[in-house]
Amino acid sequence: MYVAVKGGERAIENAHRLLAHKRRGDQSVAEISLDQISEQLGLAVDRVMSEGSLYDRELAALAIKQARGDLIEAIFLVRAFRATLPRFGASEPVDTGAMRVQRRVSSTFKDIPGGQILGPTFDYTHRLLDPSLAEGFVPDAPATAEASTAPTPRVTDILGRDGLIESSPQAEDGASVGDLTREPLNFPADRDLRLQNLARGDEGFLLAMGYSTQRGYGRNHPFAGEIRFGEVEVEFFAEDAGFAVPLGSIELTECQMVNQFKGSATEAPCFTRGYGLAFGQSERKTMSMALVDRALRARELGEEALAPAQDEEFVMSHSDNVQATGFVEHLKLPHYVDFQSELGLLRKLRQEFADANASDAMKEAAE
Amino acid sequence: MTQHNNQQAQRKAAMAVLAHAEAGEIAARLRNLSLPDHQDLRTPENGLVMLRGRVGGDGAPFNLGEATVSRAAVRLASGEVGFGYTLGRDGDKARLIALCDALMQSRDHGGAVERGVIAPLREQLMIRRQQAAAETAATKVDFYTMVRGEG
Repeated sequence: MYVAVKGGERAIENAHRLLAHKRRGDQSVAEISLDQISEQLGLAVDRVMSEGSLYDRELAALAIKQARGDLIEAIFLVRAFRATLPRFGASEPVDTGAMRVQRRVSSTFKDIPGGQILGPTFDYTHRLLDPSLAEGFVPDAPATAEASTAPTPRVTDILGRDGLIESSPQAEDGASVGDLTREPLNFPADRDLRLQNLARGDEGFLLAMGYSTQRGYGRNHPFAGEIRFGEVEVEFFAEDAGFAVPLGSIELTECQMVNQFKGSATEAPCFTRGYGLAFGQSERKTMSMALVDRALRARELGEEALAPAQDEEFVMSHSDNVQATGFVEHLKLPHYVDFQSELGLLRKLRQEFADANASDAMKEAAE
Repeated sequence: MTQHNNQQAQRKAAMAVLAHAEAGEIAARLRNLSLPDHQDLRTPENGLVMLRGRVGGDGAPFNLGEATVSRAAVRLASGEVGFGYTLGRDGDKARLIALCDALMQSRDHGGAVERGVIAPLREQLMIRRQQAAAETAATKVDFYTMVRGEG
């Protein structure tokens, strides 16, 4: 017999009504606007765009507001939204070498062409809470200096000129670019799919994985060759126009990790590389991504792959916080029938156990 | 062919400026011009474009994540067809870009659009970029060496 249990509708409706009320909070406090979120909580917006895998500041800000600041919930909302729009196609690959740099640092060379540019950074702050920010803070106007027109080449391009670092793998003619939003993931996965997975992967997960490689679980001796943040132009080949049309610009962070060298009987030793790229100003994310990207190249570079960060199936299957949330949080949905059957089984086992003990006790008494 | 390429380069340069402007700014500049009759060939439509990066910055392409894009197409009564594409979901802006692109191709209106719309918006964009570059430049590290002790 199957008995359907009904009756949750009203409770659900009222729960959502209560949620909306809680989301608004004390109504004597001014409501937060999307502009305020986008302008003043910009790094939260960047994270939601990166892991939501959708570049749209306004939508990310709306998602943060709707999710009451729960960034993983916001990422979930953004992912669900992107499924409602048609895809026009893919952009031309962006040129990070032509970035209008707002920040660019290298821990490998002091004197890089274009210089070390700190930009807006938390680095070198004292991490002391600042009570003056609590209300009515008006910042000083930024300092200005004469801008150089000299190019800021990627540090890896400079190293590459002398052959000291491996060159980036080039696409084979006619090779298509893997897209894990369109095809199910298969292992082993190529680097394009791995980078797509990491780019939308959870920052906390990647941070822990990257950190584990530094602590010896898949050690690969990294240096931050370069981290750059700024604006790049996006172009899209429009079939109707017949040429690549400019779409505007996006902000990106790029990290080039320079790692321990490889070499062989036929190849001179050179540094190897790990790569990180993400929307917005996402430095921790791209550094972690670059560490994990390098660790996942263990197989390709003939390294022993014993650590979790080197296991692509482990990393790629657990990096997505929307998938992970879905599976973890589904546990709170009703499992009444499953649980009833487990309970029935347990009662039966306990009865058998009690019966066996009772008969043993009788035997002993009889002896 | 060269003329065609030349016109395409001009259209592209104009689009690169327009994509960075607000719909309101473009509309305000267009209001100062006498516009020919025109109609929507494709009403504004929102969608996604998959943004691509390259492995290591200069290697094989990979899919980074999508962006919202709005697009439109406009035809002038004289036949020129213009296309508008922009990041975001502002259909009015896509339509205005398409209109400008159509006008750029018109013998009668191309010059006026370049002078009255594109050039001033380009000027504004350059000023914004120069300001940002100057603010960034002030955070560049000047290393110096401290000499300690004697000889």
